[in-house]
Amino acid sequence: MTMSTRSRALTAAAALLLVPAFFLPIWTIDLVAPQYPEGIGLEIMVNTIRGQGEWDLQNINGLNHYIGMKEIHPESIRELAIMPWLLGGILVLGLIAAATGRKRLLQAWLVVFVLLAAAGLVDFWMWGYDYGHNLNPDAAIKVPGMAYQPPLIGSKQLLNFKATSWPGPGGLLAFASLGLGVLGLWLDRSRGPLRQNAGAAADAQAEDPRHAAA
Amino acid sequence: MKLSTSARLGLLTIALFGIGTWACQTSRSTGVASTADAASAVYVAPGEYDEFYAFMSGGFSGNLTVMGLPSGRLLKTVPVFSQYAENGWGYNEETKEMLQTSYGFAAWDDSHHPELSMTDGVPDGRWIFINANNTPRIARIDLTEFETKEILEIPNSAGNHGSPFITPNSEYVVATTRFSVPVPNRDMSIEEYAGNFKGMLSFIRANDPGNMDVAFQIIMPGYNYDLAHAGKGPSDGWMFFTSYNVEEAHTLLEVNASKRDKDFIAAVDWKRAEECVAEGAARTMPARYVHNYKGEDRIARSVMKESVTVLDPTACARLVYFLPTPKSPHGVDVDPTGRFIVAGGKLATVIPVHSFEKMIAAIAAEQFEGVVDGIPVLQYDAIIAGEVQDPGLGPLHTEFDGRGFAYTTAFISSEIVKWSLETFEVVDRIPVYYSVGHLMIPGGDSREPWGKYLVALNKMTKDRYLPTGPELAHSAQLIDISGDKMRLLLDFPTMGEPHYAQAIPAELILDKQLRLYRLSENRNPFATMGEGAAKVTRQGRRVDVHMTAIRSHFAPDNIEGIEVGDSVFFHVTNLEQDWDVPHGFAVLGMETAELLIMPGDTRTLLWRPTRPGIYPFYCTDFCSALHQEMQGYVRVSPLNSGVPVAWGTGGRLTTGQPAN
Ligand SMILES: [Cu+2]
Repeated sequence: MTMSTRSRALTAAAALLLVPAFFLPIWTIDLVAPQYPEGIGLEIMVNTIRGQGEWDLQNINGLNHYIGMKEIHPESIRELAIMPWLLGGILVLGLIAAATGRKRLLQAWLVVFVLLAAAGLVDFWMWGYDYGHNLNPDAAIKVPGMAYQPPLIGSKQLLNFKATSWPGPGGLLAFASLGLGVLGLWLDRSRGPLRQNAGAAADAQAEDPRHAAA
Repeated sequence: MKLSTSARLGLLTIALFGIGTWACQTSRSTGVASTADAASAVYVAPGEYDEFYAFMSGGFSGNLTVMGLPSGRLLKTVPVFSQYAENGWGYNEETKEMLQTSYGFAAWDDSHHPELSMTDGVPDGRWIFINANNTPRIARIDLTEFETKEILEIPNSAGNHGSPFITPNSEYVVATTRFSVPVPNRDMSIEEYAGNFKGMLSFIRANDPGNMDVAFQIIMPGYNYDLAHAGKGPSDGWMFFTSYNVEEAHTLLEVNASKRDKDFIAAVDWKRAEECVAEGAARTMPARYVHNYKGEDRIARSVMKESVTVLDPTACARLVYFLPTPKSPHGVDVDPTGRFIVAGGKLATVIPVHSFEKMIAAIAAEQFEGVVDGIPVLQYDAIIAGEVQDPGLGPLHTEFDGRGFAYTTAFISSEIVKWSLETFEVVDRIPVYYSVGHLMIPGGDSREPWGKYLVALNKMTKDRYLPTGPELAHSAQLIDISGDKMRLLLDFPTMGEPHYAQAIPAELILDKQLRLYRLSENRNPFATMGEGAAKVTRQGRRVDVHMTAIRSHFAPDNIEGIEVGDSVFFHVTNLEQDWDVPHGFAVLGMETAELLIMPGDTRTLLWRPTRPGIYPFYCTDFCSALHQEMQGYVRVSPLNSGVPVAWGTGGRLTTGQPAN
């Protein structure tokens, strides 16, 4: 089971799309309130959480203490320590799939990618749930029945702030990467071992690095 | 301009005559735009910004006020020469030194002329300068913070009215002495005024922030020096000063100083002065004056200076010339092209306009009508470009619209007169209510005016607003000068006597506004960089409270071990890094002021408790939903009671060093 040249190129491009994702926000949370007409917000990077403005994180932490939310200290969030390695792993796996041209590897890559992405979103949701629900019982402002979980995606009014959560450019690149991988697989959908014709076999031989080396 | 009561009465008599004459001309329009037109012309919708920042002198308040144009809304008061309890200016340890003078702590003054810094003859929005008239001083205000950064005292000067007028590249601001005095000042008979009292024109280096200093002074005959303006374009390098009392009278000046038909404008070639100073023609005179400035740590320092460079016109040929000018000239204004020097003879019946070109030619041809104290007096007819006839009574000040027109205020006939710089003929006039002094067109004294609005600054106003007891609101009027006819758009009250003003398009400084101070760059030696570092220390009778403020608490908020007789320094650091989140600080029984601390800054207030008790302190600037809870207590015990110094926030009091 080998991939077409086109599919290998797409897979390589898909993997390489993840490089800028290391430096761009994966996810963004925008907060807008009358007191902050210019907005204030968070950017979730692969390895940290930072404010959109220089002092946004400090100010969000300051504001959130009134309702008893925990302060966000990026250095204490375990996921942020693991995520760069996971993203790096996906990138390398994608490159290996492209280099070897093995369709199984591409399929495995996509499965791992989807699973990790799903796990990431679930983890993000759980983090948001904990952040929004696990409030300090001594908080100054308590609104009965009110939780402050930011939306996973989309907008939600949280007291005076309208919170909007959306993938950042890094996240969009990751989705694009996944999309390219799927596209590569889809283009090769008829390229199974049972229906391999001579031309395809020759193509595969030429492309297979083992053959090339031989 | 301040007039004595008797002088005022005299002028009012003339005013009645003037108004009578004016009222006879019934066809003259009042120039008031239709109400709807005027309202829409000055309307600034909620959330939108004014087009111009206007900087109004605070007059006897000693401050600078900032207003928006065209709305006339007050935006801010910048304390300069007055203590200002609202934010602790002149009370707290960081600003007290700003009000030092060689006479001691002078915490008030009388401020007349704001002056914007310029580049190439156009206001650039870096700084604004303003004078203190009574104890001669000049201040620099930084327009990224709207805060006074520097104050320089002027030696050998008395009555610093004619300042701080600026040269086209902010090389110098000048200061004139309104009152001539002995130089150096000494005990002598006032009757020996003539010949013994001297006038001083000071050139102050202005383009080096933090290092303002008197570059040189020019010693002049004992007249009263009033106002000044720098040449520009062809006349760049010259500075023009008005004088009155060339009679050298020392008593009852309203009569004795108004005898001669003409007084003088002194034309000073300041580039020539630089040459003479460089060539060693000046002498160094002992003089005590103070320079106050804020350094990187934003703490004011006061330095006493011991000498000054003085230039005698007899020791530096071709330095000064007198231009005879009718009659008791008050203002002197140079048009945008730099070709004309317009004088406002406050008792004159014409506006004399001198030609710079003719002046230079007359100097070359030595067309002098005499020499006074070594200073040549040029022939009036040789230098005059024209006289504006029927300019209103009591012409004072002139500004320009950049389209070839000049606008002159007439104090006695209470009007503004528009005239052409080509024909020297009056083309329009508009009455103002009641007596007008200065006028201001944004950039109207510069090379390129933004000639859309004119603000008339009224010296005495009655009946314009709801009355407020014997003292009424001071007033300004906004006039549209964009068309052929002037149109009155708006009356707006101002703070103090808004003697003169300057304005600049908002866009020139809007984006430069500082939003907060970086806590990480706080250089105050008593800054507390985090709550963990908050503490209280005692050394003898001095107690230092290293305190932080953040929404919505102080750290520490409980303090014990203070005794009657202690000097308690509250050093409060605002830990916020968010725009417009200042915190305030005040403690019960505080005799001086409160503190207002901007994000990232540290301010220190000295408190001397006088009797035992529990003293609450609190935040004075509404900072959050829990602002009211932003409070704490200090326990004050009797002298020598031995209560240990202790402090805490949200837990038990500690007496030791903080844990981290
Ligand atoms: Cu506060």
